[in-house]
Amino acid sequence: MVHVCTVTPISLTVGANRIVPAVAIPHPLGNPKLNAEEEFGLRKKLVEKALQALATPVSEQHVFES
Amino acid sequence: MDKKRIVVYLNQFFGQIGGEDKADTPPQSAAKAVGPGVGLQALLPEDCAIVGTIICGDGYFNENLEEASAAVRQMLEEFAPQVVVAGPAFNAGRYGMACGMVGKIASDMGIPAVSGMYPENPGVETYRQYLYIVETGNSAASMRTALPAMAKLAGKLATGQPIGSPAEEGYLSRGIRQNVFVEKRGSERAIDLLLKKLKGEPYETEYPIPHFDRVEPAEAIADLSKVTVALVTSGGIVPKGNPDRIEASSASRYGKYSIEDLDTLTAEAFETAHGGYDPVYANENPNRVVPVDALRQLEQEGKIGRLFPFFYSTVGNGTSVANAKKYAAEIAAELVNEGVQAVILTST
Repeated sequence: MVHVCTVTPISLTVGANRIVPAVAIPHPLGNPKLNAEEEFGLRKKLVEKALQALATPVSEQHVFES
Repeated sequence: MDKKRIVVYLNQFFGQIGGEDKADTPPQSAAKAVGPGVGLQALLPEDCAIVGTIICGDGYFNENLEEASAAVRQMLEEFAPQVVVAGPAFNAGRYGMACGMVGKIASDMGIPAVSGMYPENPGVETYRQYLYIVETGNSAASMRTALPAMAKLAGKLATGQPIGSPAEEGYLSRGIRQNVFVEKRGSERAIDLLLKKLKGEPYETEYPIPHFDRVEPAEAIADLSKVTVALVTSGGIVPKGNPDRIEASSASRYGKYSIEDLDTLTAEAFETAHGGYDPVYANENPNRVVPVDALRQLEQEGKIGRLFPFFYSTVGNGTSVANAKKYAAEIAAELVNEGVQAVILTST
């Protein structure tokens, strides 16, 4: 499991092992300031990053910073 | 004036019936104090009297929970006590479970109950919300410290006195938050606590941080193009109208929603039920919280094997760790059962 969230310290506290930082609390996988196409691109990149985190070996809690 | 009526629950051993060979003894009662009850009587306020003792074998109680519970309930109805005292059970698991259940039965009848247990007794975790459980040592050697604390609480409950916090009264936290009026506001109390901490003085937190689990990281996925990926969220995305009525705060449930044949989550069909954050962006485009559109495209591109045809959703706002763990265990079991090998959990 990979946890995509904005407040990564909470994720660390509750014990997630693979953590991918998100955009913002009310829109973790989006940015309303972008146009639709750009926003979709941003979201797809974040999801790919989350998938990549799942494919990366970790031995302890790890935040996949950009 | 009539004395306040106290009933004590004991197992076969403390009830002086016998040892493990008598653990299959069904519930029986006596109209007097027995065993630890005799010591307890001496410690209770003068206006409280032990009017009866219910004794049941630990084996019988746990193996015949329904019958034992019904019998105990009937005996409690006959004794009509103001307070029930169960145990203390120390670290005896079956005894602790029985004492906890007796507390729950009493609680259902509107009668407050007190027990005493070692914190790791499974009765604590299972029944703590139903009764006051005084913290004891792990063996009967701590009887002489357990009984006075239990007597004090039982006396207060019998006479309708207010019960203080777990730290003040010596019982284990029941996980109940209670609003109280205090003289100093939060900022002043926080500074006081901080100063005490800096000075190395003893202090008592007002909100203990729950104990969090740590788990071994799962192994890396070797080939993403062959796995089924599921989406789970604490961001409260639900079908429009929130059919399961998931609460905006302190969610008591989670939902499972189909995304089969959907390329995206539209604002017409989905929304967020989550309180505590501005819902405008999630309602405008629910993919911002549950990225179905991006994963569907990655599925079509062959980057992942398959997107699981359902997503799971609850509201993280104020939801207790215990409830969250429960939902997670149920969701994880279902996903494993369905052959899902990867989960993306999104939180707002």
